[in-house]
Amino acid sequence: MRVAENLNAALHGLLEREPDLYVLGEDVMDPYGGAFKITRGLSDRFPGRVLSTPISENAITGVAAGLALAGDGAIVEMMFGDFAALAFDQLVNFAAKSVSMYGERVPMRMVLRCPVGGGRGYGPTHSQSLQKHFLGVPGLALYEASPFHDHAEVLAEMLQRAEPCVLFEDKVLYTRPMYEVEPPFALRAADGGGTAQVSLPGADPDCVVVAGGGVAHRVLEAMRSLLVEEEIVCTLLVPSRIYPVDLELPDVRQVFVVEEGTAGGTWGAEVAHVVHQRHWSRLDGPVTLVHSADSVVPTAAHLEREVLVSAADVHRTIREKLRG
Amino acid sequence: MSAPAPPRERSRDDLPHDEGAHAPLGELPDEDLSSMLTIRAFESALLDLFDRGMLNGTTHTCLGQEYVPVALEGLLAAGDHVFSNHRGHGHYLARHRDPEGLLAEIMGRRGAVCGGVGGSQHIRRDRYLSTGVQGESLPVACGVALHLKRTEPGALACVYVGDGTFGEGAVYEALNIASLWDLPLLVVVENNGIAQSTPLAANMAGSIAGRAAAFAVEHRLVDTVDVAAIRRGLDAAVRAVRQGRPLVVEFATHRLGPHSKGDDTRSAMDIAQARAADWYPRYAAADPERFARLDAVARAHIAAVTADVVARELS
Repeated sequence: MRVAENLNAALHGLLEREPDLYVLGEDVMDPYGGAFKITRGLSDRFPGRVLSTPISENAITGVAAGLALAGDGAIVEMMFGDFAALAFDQLVNFAAKSVSMYGERVPMRMVLRCPVGGGRGYGPTHSQSLQKHFLGVPGLALYEASPFHDHAEVLAEMLQRAEPCVLFEDKVLYTRPMYEVEPPFALRAADGGGTAQVSLPGADPDCVVVAGGGVAHRVLEAMRSLLVEEEIVCTLLVPSRIYPVDLELPDVRQVFVVEEGTAGGTWGAEVAHVVHQRHWSRLDGPVTLVHSADSVVPTAAHLEREVLVSAADVHRTIREKLRG
Repeated sequence: MSAPAPPRERSRDDLPHDEGAHAPLGELPDEDLSSMLTIRAFESALLDLFDRGMLNGTTHTCLGQEYVPVALEGLLAAGDHVFSNHRGHGHYLARHRDPEGLLAEIMGRRGAVCGGVGGSQHIRRDRYLSTGVQGESLPVACGVALHLKRTEPGALACVYVGDGTFGEGAVYEALNIASLWDLPLLVVVENNGIAQSTPLAANMAGSIAGRAAAFAVEHRLVDTVDVAAIRRGLDAAVRAVRQGRPLVVEFATHRLGPHSKGDDTRSAMDIAQARAADWYPRYAAADPERFARLDAVARAHIAAVTADVVARELS
């Protein structure tokens, strides 16, 4: 099963189990089934609760907030995560704040699904990784899709939080198979928003790499080349919930954080802060951040490659840090 | 009251004026007149508390516009949702008749409706909710209306906005969706002709009627302070909202006070015009004895509430 199919099955299951759940978004209805086909088959099966909307990201998000306020659940698909910028007011100023600004906790069951990331030549306004722009908002939890988490569980957990959540889905993941890790590495999958782990069985790791699901395969490629060429053993941690950050680290002295987001005010910086606070005394030095360049994401493949974080970047950064 | 105005260019000065400024007012139950007078007394008390340095932050009073929510309440049911905005004290008091909880909220004292977190602009109680960003509540109200349509047919979502709110794109996204999806959405526009300090003519090309017409949404213009007449005139259209025909009701109204506090840049003539249109002297002249009696009760009530709340411990 591929990640897109896992997401689609998750939505089918949730709509079936929860009769008060809606799915809203541009072009989400059949036969189109969404720009990335994640909502395929839903509107035929659940008419009236799966609605194609006008091109109005702000209003769609507000409609979801209204449904949530009235006790329903709502999942909104942003056709491209970049467009979530248009929904910032509804998400940040209304939905997230509503959880606490009325003096008692107001349950808000809503999820914004945001396809993000580059590598597909869609250009600067359709390729960003927007995670960092939503960090640190009270009442807003952030998740990232991963090939190591069942999204039925992840989405159920997000709705159970009863506060607005964003699910960032790296577009390159959609065609990736679920749970695929090649030997000698082994996967320990996680429940819900927990942290999946990929490690070399029986070996003490030289370092830990924390990464969102979207770049997990790039890190795995680097882990393989580092093992073969440098005999460096890495353990990869892939949290599903990326904010608030809550990580249990194995006992290592070097920690790296890898993400596709561009430089400046990154998710990795937030992870590093948490790791420094918890584990500073046992680290050899600060957490090392690996991310894309300080740039828009260009369209032409050769230019896009120069900007986006790659397996080679991960390999080089870890080797330099550990081998000098 | 008039039929939907044609979508043509016009400034606020072109709005039809109340032909019956000296015509007799329709009969209004004591309860409704008391509600208007209580809101007037409440807002006046707030400005007084500000002058005495006893309020934190800012506030926006609805002096002059009190009759709007009182008129609307006569058309709304308990199961309807009401969404308010930054100038929402009247909306809340007309709905919940709870000056004590509201003042406690504004002052951060025990008994505050929202524990003092929300303050003047962010209040939620039962099916009433206000928020402080212009236009933000319209899409939210569409979501609530969608919920009502499916689970409680016949109920509606009512949203209060101002003329200045029509600068926000959220208004148009929401009107489009409400019209497309036949949502029970009632938009009440309190067109007081000024957005903070900017007059309508400098803020809005075209008209509110024209903007409603663009989305095939019904529009009614209300240009009287006669609460009984307003209710009569809107009754059928509001019942149609309950069947999924969204409606924009535009009140040509006047803000007597400043935008918030001490920030009134209007000319003396503009302010005099607003005062001349005030409902208060008209209702006073219509039945002086009853008016004076109810006004005295309302003022005494608010004075007692103020004395009580000011003395309370923090929320």
